[in-house]
Amino acid sequence: METQPLGGGFSDPPMDSARAFRAALEAMARPGTIRRIEGARAPAPLSSAAATLLLMLCDGGTPLHLAPGHDGADVRAWVTFHTGAPLVGRGAARFAVGGWPALGALDEYAQGTADYPDRSATLIVECAALRPEGARLTGPGIRDATHLSLPGIAGFRSNAARFPLGLDFFFTAGAQLAALPRTTQVEAG
Amino acid sequence: MTDGMQDYNFAYLDEETKRMIRRALLKALAIPGYQVPFASREMPMPYGWGTGGVQVTAACLVPEDRLKVIDQGADDTTNAVSIRGFFARTAGVATTERTAEATLIQTRHRIPETPLREGQILVYQVPIPEPLRFLEPRETETRRMHALEDYGLMHVKLYEDIARHGAISTSYAYPVKVAGRYVMDPSPIPKFDNPKLESPAIQLFGAGREQRIYAVPPYTRVVSLDFEDHPFEASKPDHPCALCGATDSYLDEVITDDTGARMFVCSDTDYCAGRRAEGAA
Repeated sequence: METQPLGGGFSDPPMDSARAFRAALEAMARPGTIRRIEGARAPAPLSSAAATLLLMLCDGGTPLHLAPGHDGADVRAWVTFHTGAPLVGRGAARFAVGGWPALGALDEYAQGTADYPDRSATLIVECAALRPEGARLTGPGIRDATHLSLPGIAGFRSNAARFPLGLDFFFTAGAQLAALPRTTQVEAG
Repeated sequence: MTDGMQDYNFAYLDEETKRMIRRALLKALAIPGYQVPFASREMPMPYGWGTGGVQVTAACLVPEDRLKVIDQGADDTTNAVSIRGFFARTAGVATTERTAEATLIQTRHRIPETPLREGQILVYQVPIPEPLRFLEPRETETRRMHALEDYGLMHVKLYEDIARHGAISTSYAYPVKVAGRYVMDPSPIPKFDNPKLESPAIQLFGAGREQRIYAVPPYTRVVSLDFEDHPFEASKPDHPCALCGATDSYLDEVITDDTGARMFVCSDTDYCAGRRAEGAA
């Protein structure tokens, strides 16, 4: 855990962000699989996995929403110093980070447009732990089916129903990372 | 540390550019077959030499990677040699010509014969990413056609092939539908390679001049467009390889003298060399 806003960044930014991206790329390509991602340390309650994702993906061009619980002075100062990302409300955010209930109603985030479905938000959902059990996932990137301890079912099902629009999700816990793109079909395990 | 590593950032591109490409790649994986616009950079090679593929490779490389680069199946052509040398110098990564040993493969217009596996990434160099471009030149219109899933024009094109030639004559860059939604140009690979688009590996496509990135995640359904009475056929020259005797690989026709003599040889040089080393011929 980092207490100083200036500390906790990548020690070797090109190498650390390259390795972090490969973990994120594999996670997004193979929904539900759990990987390790590390390199950054941020003030509580930001997990090291979420902090690493933010450093790897965010900069001055990516408005970021901090959900209640993550929206404290320490996290704000750390994120602003390390990424320069503008801190915004749900509707304007490219990325959002926070606990599952705190992130709020999913339809308040940018869903993309019919012409540009890529212009949708990516949510980083902080979890207590990630386990390969629970919700059953099928779809692109998954050979048969995978299981992941999702914080809910209904929200992800209605998100998938919007395809090709919709949000994409990373799940983080400590140094653990998993992902769920909008293409994944979610059923109760 | 090589000399290049002191002169350039890791994998040549600056970190802000790599972040932008990485964000595009993640959205591309989330919307299989959809072309994500990205702010393509000038690269130290001309457009048409794989600047899109090079930028995608640069954003994906880690120091532990083992890189293979092929141009129409061959490891030893100018384009492949220069790109392999570029990343050996600017990223300091190991390189290989063996498909099975590579963790990241950048390709121009072929999919290797050796089946790919999980843990491998295949990066395609794409000249024209828009499958509808030669049917409809306006970007605003093709974008709307993708939004409405209006692919009738493409079926008319394939039908006109049949009306004129008795068969679908499109032999490369054969259009596919990805995950039941977006029609995608698989880059100018021969249609022989289309069945290999359903793969355990991650497939990423980069078009530098046209500023588009798209992707096919592993285990994703990729269907070559066709008609019930004219089904898709993954064709190749009807010969065995003259060097290794393979009957299951895509062949290049090589003219050997000025009297019309010719031979057919594997386009995948690693596959052919591997078979000959095993004593197949």
